[in-house]
Amino acid sequence: MDILSKIKKANLIGRGGACYPVADKWQMVKEAKGDEKYVVCNASEGEPGVKKDGYIIEHFAERVIDGMAIAIEFLGAKQGIFYVNHHYFKRHKKLLATEVAKSGTAIEIFSKPVEAGYIGGEETTALNVIEGKRAEPRHRPPFPPTSGLWSRPTLVNNVETFYDVSLVAAGEYQGERFYTLSGDCLYEGVFKLPADFSIEKILKATHNLPKFPFFVQVGGDGSGEVLNQKQLKKPVGGAGSIRVWSLEKYQPARLLLNWITFFQGESCGQCTPCREGTYRLKEILSQEKVDWNTVAELLDNLPDTAFCALGCAVPTPIRSYINNVLKVQPAGAVKLPEETLRAIRESIK
Amino acid sequence: MVKKTVKIKINDQEIVCEEGKTIFEVAAANGIEIPTLCEHPDFPHKANCRVCAVEVKGPSASSGRAKLVPACSVPVRDGMEVITASDRVKRSRNLNLEMIFAEHVEKCATCVWRLNCKLLAYAEKFKIPINRFKDRKGDRPIYKFSNAVEIDGTQCIDCRNCIDACSLGQNINYLELRGKGLDQEVAPVKKKGVECILCGQCAVHCPVSAAQEQAHWQEVEKALKEKKKRVVALLAPYVRISLCEDFKMNYGELKAEQLAAALKFLGFSHVFDLGASLPALAAAQSRELIKGEKGRRGPLLSSCCPAWVRYVEFYRPDLVKNLATAKAPQVASGEMIKAGWAEKNKFDPRDILVVSISPCTAKKFETTRREAKIKGRPAVDIALTTREIAWLFKKNNLDLAGLKAVSLDKFDGEAVTDYPGSGQIMLPFLDKKKYYEKFAEEGSETFELKIGKKKFRFCRVNGIRHAQEKLKELDTFDYLEVLACPGGCIGGGGEPIPTTRELVCARAAAMLKTKAKK
Repeated sequence: MDILSKIKKANLIGRGGACYPVADKWQMVKEAKGDEKYVVCNASEGEPGVKKDGYIIEHFAERVIDGMAIAIEFLGAKQGIFYVNHHYFKRHKKLLATEVAKSGTAIEIFSKPVEAGYIGGEETTALNVIEGKRAEPRHRPPFPPTSGLWSRPTLVNNVETFYDVSLVAAGEYQGERFYTLSGDCLYEGVFKLPADFSIEKILKATHNLPKFPFFVQVGGDGSGEVLNQKQLKKPVGGAGSIRVWSLEKYQPARLLLNWITFFQGESCGQCTPCREGTYRLKEILSQEKVDWNTVAELLDNLPDTAFCALGCAVPTPIRSYINNVLKVQPAGAVKLPEETLRAIRESIK
Repeated sequence: MVKKTVKIKINDQEIVCEEGKTIFEVAAANGIEIPTLCEHPDFPHKANCRVCAVEVKGPSASSGRAKLVPACSVPVRDGMEVITASDRVKRSRNLNLEMIFAEHVEKCATCVWRLNCKLLAYAEKFKIPINRFKDRKGDRPIYKFSNAVEIDGTQCIDCRNCIDACSLGQNINYLELRGKGLDQEVAPVKKKGVECILCGQCAVHCPVSAAQEQAHWQEVEKALKEKKKRVVALLAPYVRISLCEDFKMNYGELKAEQLAAALKFLGFSHVFDLGASLPALAAAQSRELIKGEKGRRGPLLSSCCPAWVRYVEFYRPDLVKNLATAKAPQVASGEMIKAGWAEKNKFDPRDILVVSISPCTAKKFETTRREAKIKGRPAVDIALTTREIAWLFKKNNLDLAGLKAVSLDKFDGEAVTDYPGSGQIMLPFLDKKKYYEKFAEEGSETFELKIGKKKFRFCRVNGIRHAQEKLKELDTFDYLEVLACPGGCIGGGGEPIPTTRELVCARAAAMLKTKAKK
């Protein structure tokens, strides 16, 4: 069986956070017009709370490079680029160079500049950074499979995705994935467990299920969804991280402000709803008396008119925290005055 | 090749259109207005203002409900249904406009753009509260370039048209986007060997007058009011064409004589054609071309465009000696006024204030040049752009269409010249018909120049980026005439906004079709 059929049979989905079917993307690049093609491994891992790619590079670099080599051969690609964040580059550059040399494949290790930041992990931004341009996303369409690096068809996949491909090629893929656990839990770290495990099962298996009232943020500490204790029967989406939060430890205002401060600081600044919207949200949420109606308006506007996925993701933690945690807790459990809670309930849907 | 057509709906109206056009283009072609700020037909779609949001029916991947897309950059597809003003669109569009307003410190009181301003027009049309968010750019710097152009950081809405104009358009690359995210600002590059040529292409592409000419209309207004000096106008001939756009007239309906009437109404004592000195300049320059090569190796380069002269002085100092020594048109005409005309009428030249009016920002700088002085005084005191004079007319409620024509004043030669704005000076020696075919198109063309029995290779260039190319082929012409702005002066940095390639061609065609004289 050829590698594409194997990947299809294994139902591999991308592990960068978007969960796109791997076989579909590989096929698109294969069928794209042009003889100059590229393969990019996105090892920027900029999402807070996600450490699995660093772990995989440290322990399984050979498999990751192998996965890339398989892709390069399958596509007849001119070159592979290992787009790795500055921190991992410093720690693992020798290891990576050794593995690339061993595999004998044309792979360039590209250290992502620190200034590129969170948005530098978004795939079209990564391509711009590699090309020496501003760290900002591109218009989509066209999508990288048809027009990516230097406008050529480009396959962009995550570190773990290439690791999975290598396992699939060797017949050793067992339907597992790497989860990053952190926060108010006993055992922080990266764990390999079945991909279909529910959040609750993962917490139990890692001995991290809290005995105190808590909520979780899954898929990333920046853009991930916030879920309460009763919502843990579903699998972990996104980039496979679970952040445990003690309900009593944190001020809601502080949490909201932390999330918005993160996005505002990482906004590339290209478009109005994100550049201005996150700034105004931060301004408002920093005040004593918050205008929740305006907050709702700014949050609604982001997924509707933002240029890229970062802008669209801004409301996710904020809304889900409000809807799944603030609104369902009794006022006493959540450290907010009754009237504030009421205003939030009325404005944020 | 027949282009494929598709059928779409915009606001329930069925439209057949060309595949591959954007929603914005199709809407515009069908009289449906979609607001926008960052979109400019001269540059690729940037889609950063997000004001042109429209609702497109059909499930989007993630939410299953209709999605909002930027009309400027999304191509139409068969069966697409577009709604341009649903409640959802209005909410997002208005909020984005509100936030853009908070990036723009209002200086409406003295802004020449006040009556044309898109921001104000949208605020009124869509009933947008412009004070919910506090202005956030109050402490941004204002970058000034000579006395001609400025980038007012307190008003910039981050649309990046100015950067496109300076890089993609002019290939000068003097402006860059510095800083990340919220802190980004348009600033001059901190690089040696790059300088602003004052062409004003940034200003003429800015949707909110943040990149703009440095204003001198207040000085003129003051002088006209005080009546201490004789305020005399030098009017560029093509102003009568582009001003039609600002005053909603058809090209050709506005005569130079009506403009003269308007200027005299404002208080100008005399109105001369700026090109009055051109015949003399043509003669002088042709003599220089013939006399030729004394100390000059290589072709003669025109000196009528001040932005081009600045380019040569900074970027090709080795070619400065190739620049024609004839004065630039406004300077030569100013000299005519302050010397010959003043003497003839027994006016003290110190009592004459010469104000040139043209589509040019670099001319403001030119008035300050050492070479532009006559007896230690500037030949032209103030240079106003077409935008500034339009503002003065509107400010004074002048109905240009209804004004009774008044002859332009003349001194030496015709009252009204009809130079279109490129190849101005050497026109008498060219095959006019051939020349006029493409003079407003960007790029360069070579012609035969005939002075008496002598023939010369004449090359005219529109747009500084094309001149840069031509400077690599110095041996292919004897005389190079460069206008730094794409399309020549009718695409100048001081022209009305919008100025697009299409409008420049339309103005040029109008210029040729309609005659300035009655």
